[in-house]
Amino acid sequence: MKKSMNERLAILSDAAKYDASCASSGTTKRDSSRSGGLGSTEGMGICHAYAPDGRCISLLKILMTNFCIYDCAYCINRSSSNVERARFSVEEVVWLTLEFYRRNYIEGLFLSSGIIRSSDHTMEEMVRIARELRTTHNFRGYIHLKSIPEASPLLIEEAGLYADRLSINVELPTDAGITRLAPEKRPSGIRKSMGDLRLKIEAANDATLQTKRRKRFVPGGQSTQMIVGADDANDTVILGTSARLYGSYALRRVYYSAFSPIPDASKNLPLIKPPLMREHRLYQADWLYRFYGFDIKEITASQPGGMLDLALDPKLAWALANRARFPVDVNTAEREMLLRVPGLGTKAVNGIVSARRYRRLRLEDLARLKVSLKKVQSFVVAEGWSPHRLIDRTDLRAMFEPKPQQMALF
Amino acid sequence: MWRVTLKGRGDFEAWQQPARAFLQAGTLPRDIDWVEEDGAAGDLFAGAPTLDLPQPSLQQTALTVPRTFVLLAEAVICHSDPSRFDLLYRLLWRLQMERTLLSIPSDADVARAFGLEKSVRRDSHKMKAFVRFKEIEGAAGQGERRRFLAWFEPDHHIVARTAPFFQRRFTDMDWIIATPKGSSAWDGKTLTLSTESAENPMLDDATDALWRTYFSNIFNPARLKVKAMQAEMPKKYWKNLPEAGLIPGLIAGAEASVAAMAARAASQPPLFHERLQTAAANAPSEVSTAVPGTLDAVREQARSCTRCPLHCRATQTVFGEGPETADVMFVGEQPGDQEDLAGRPFVGPAGKVFDAMLDEVGLDRGAAYVTNAVKHFKYEPRGKRRIHQKPNVGEVQHCKWWLKLELDLVRPKLVVALGATALSALTDSRQRFSDLRGTALPFGPDQTLLVTVHPSYLLRIPDEARKRAETAHFRDDLCHAATLLTRLPQTTTRSVGSRFIDS
Repeated sequence: MKKSMNERLAILSDAAKYDASCASSGTTKRDSSRSGGLGSTEGMGICHAYAPDGRCISLLKILMTNFCIYDCAYCINRSSSNVERARFSVEEVVWLTLEFYRRNYIEGLFLSSGIIRSSDHTMEEMVRIARELRTTHNFRGYIHLKSIPEASPLLIEEAGLYADRLSINVELPTDAGITRLAPEKRPSGIRKSMGDLRLKIEAANDATLQTKRRKRFVPGGQSTQMIVGADDANDTVILGTSARLYGSYALRRVYYSAFSPIPDASKNLPLIKPPLMREHRLYQADWLYRFYGFDIKEITASQPGGMLDLALDPKLAWALANRARFPVDVNTAEREMLLRVPGLGTKAVNGIVSARRYRRLRLEDLARLKVSLKKVQSFVVAEGWSPHRLIDRTDLRAMFEPKPQQMALF
Repeated sequence: MWRVTLKGRGDFEAWQQPARAFLQAGTLPRDIDWVEEDGAAGDLFAGAPTLDLPQPSLQQTALTVPRTFVLLAEAVICHSDPSRFDLLYRLLWRLQMERTLLSIPSDADVARAFGLEKSVRRDSHKMKAFVRFKEIEGAAGQGERRRFLAWFEPDHHIVARTAPFFQRRFTDMDWIIATPKGSSAWDGKTLTLSTESAENPMLDDATDALWRTYFSNIFNPARLKVKAMQAEMPKKYWKNLPEAGLIPGLIAGAEASVAAMAARAASQPPLFHERLQTAAANAPSEVSTAVPGTLDAVREQARSCTRCPLHCRATQTVFGEGPETADVMFVGEQPGDQEDLAGRPFVGPAGKVFDAMLDEVGLDRGAAYVTNAVKHFKYEPRGKRRIHQKPNVGEVQHCKWWLKLELDLVRPKLVVALGATALSALTDSRQRFSDLRGTALPFGPDQTLLVTVHPSYLLRIPDEARKRAETAHFRDDLCHAATLLTRLPQTTTRSVGSRFIDS
């Protein structure tokens, strides 16, 4: 008997939850006031709900089907898993997206799929959904499509006309890891797909001499995801791979997904609690690399074994390992150095640089810029404040470490 | 002492008018008592504020404020904090003397105003997120607009500010958003606003059941992070969210469902998995269509080259390109960023210089074979870019395998080495690059080698005069190549292999 809509929605959203991304930002601004249709995107993404796992829900994140001919060990939908299978028709996905959107539950659709029959067949169905939404239903909301590995470039090109973002997952930080855990996937094919997409996006962005108008093609760019903790790659390797992906394919984001136990798991994998803190530290390190001028080697140098410090955030860990560079005078230091002070974010640094043109800044001024004095005061000099060799204290690390907690008895 | 009573429902002009009058009259901030009309006593003062304003002083000057202030004040006015009017007037007053005040975010007044603005922005953002439309049944006939109603409880007076967002997003449907702080409605033509407080209509929508199914299944019980959820979706919003009722149950059941998942041992794979695996095992492995021993066959083999570790970092092998019968072969160093993405040699900035030069000296790139000493791109990532790195001796040695096959199959009469890396890949000569440059050297039987610089070298010269000179020198070298090509014997007897390459 055919499963009901509700049952299939349960199966196909459960199957989609291991993809970390739910971003709906970074695309072009557009709305329906002229077209009289439905939907808008206005720069900043909106999280319409939060699940108790702390993750934002901004898109309807589902699989078209969780049948799959691939057998990737880390995936709940791999062919050797006994998970319940289901499938949506093109019309059903379109209907769900529009009805959810009208009630303001979501910002758009994030559609992925298991691979049925062939890569091209699967990709074709996904493109049909996006095309229906855009052309038949005049839908202007956000669409993120997961590219199917080895799908034909022509299909990817068509997908790019309708989607705000395309992504293809590199899955694991090393080629060897992919070969071992995802035997049907080819790492070089995934890189080629990302390279092709970057070239196409760049070509669409080149204003032609005649029109100056740019072609609309994947305005939200491309992203990818790496699973953390399913293989033995250390943080240095993971961050190195991210840096290469950012540099090579102009990715908007690399998502890190702590490997989470899945039902009916493969015997090749650790069935453990997902390493959430490690995932968090990787995101912090990723930010330091992209927005704070840190080099990957600097971030990982202070720790043995190529792993990030789990007890301290990577910027603080770097500062403690490089004490000679502190304290930093907030009234005179270069912007680049201010960005390296633990506790100062890009916004606070902008505030400091703006305000100090008119006034000498004191610690109270920093507090009003919403800076945590507890964190920052050991590392900065301000008007009326110098940290008195605080920086040389041997117990400085202990001051920042989380307080030891008594173990639960049971 | 002046006393101004305002309705305080987010109306900017109601504050702006008296504020302007006070400022023109030179009234000190501490001499004004801004009062928010409260619901009960409201009628007593309605319409009164403009009556008791001071007369502007005689030497009236034009009042200007930075645009940032207007934007800030428009937002701050929507806050429900009763001290906002006073704060804004104080800022307005100070701005007359301190024009750069708003650039000092650490100033107490400025920090406070930006703080209020932030919470208004956040409230408006949460309204965009947490409004839930319920369909009003029965109204929609064929071709008619569907109708929806939502109930929301904002902290501040943001309905008018946020309504245009819903108009732009939900253009093709009729909707009403009712709140205790005013309402907005859209019928396809007009956006109607009111500041009157409304009642909760207590509606149901059947689709909420599907949404709840989605909400509970997209949740991953192995990653419970209740605090993170509540930071972004505080409990005060829960009562109007159809999905929020599920949260306590999901949290309570999380541990048990993870434990159940772990307890269930991996089971036997389903039948279709076995079928797929057998089918895959029996499927013929991809057969190359290229004839063995041809350039196409070699190119195909090179695609999966793993002779050195560079292949893990590069996008693809960039093999040589051009006719198998070419008379001239150009050998560069390695592919760059663009070549790595496109999978073709000399298509990036250096390739453009190269093409332009060939054109100038009358050589046809289409008739030449163009390749690199190393077939994978070596680089270091730097933010959004990749910085080219010179291949080391080992990498050049590994890649010679392919270069030798290219030389053997194409058998060019003239080989042009572009740069020192190409030279070292082609010969084992210990002579300096600068000593060999520009002279025709014997290579294989009936083959000539010409050495010149790599075109990317020309791109890196900062000094314009030197750049011109070096470009001319490079052009001369290519001219030399063109002349050599016309002079070379047009015989068809070709010797296989090249003396220098095997080391």
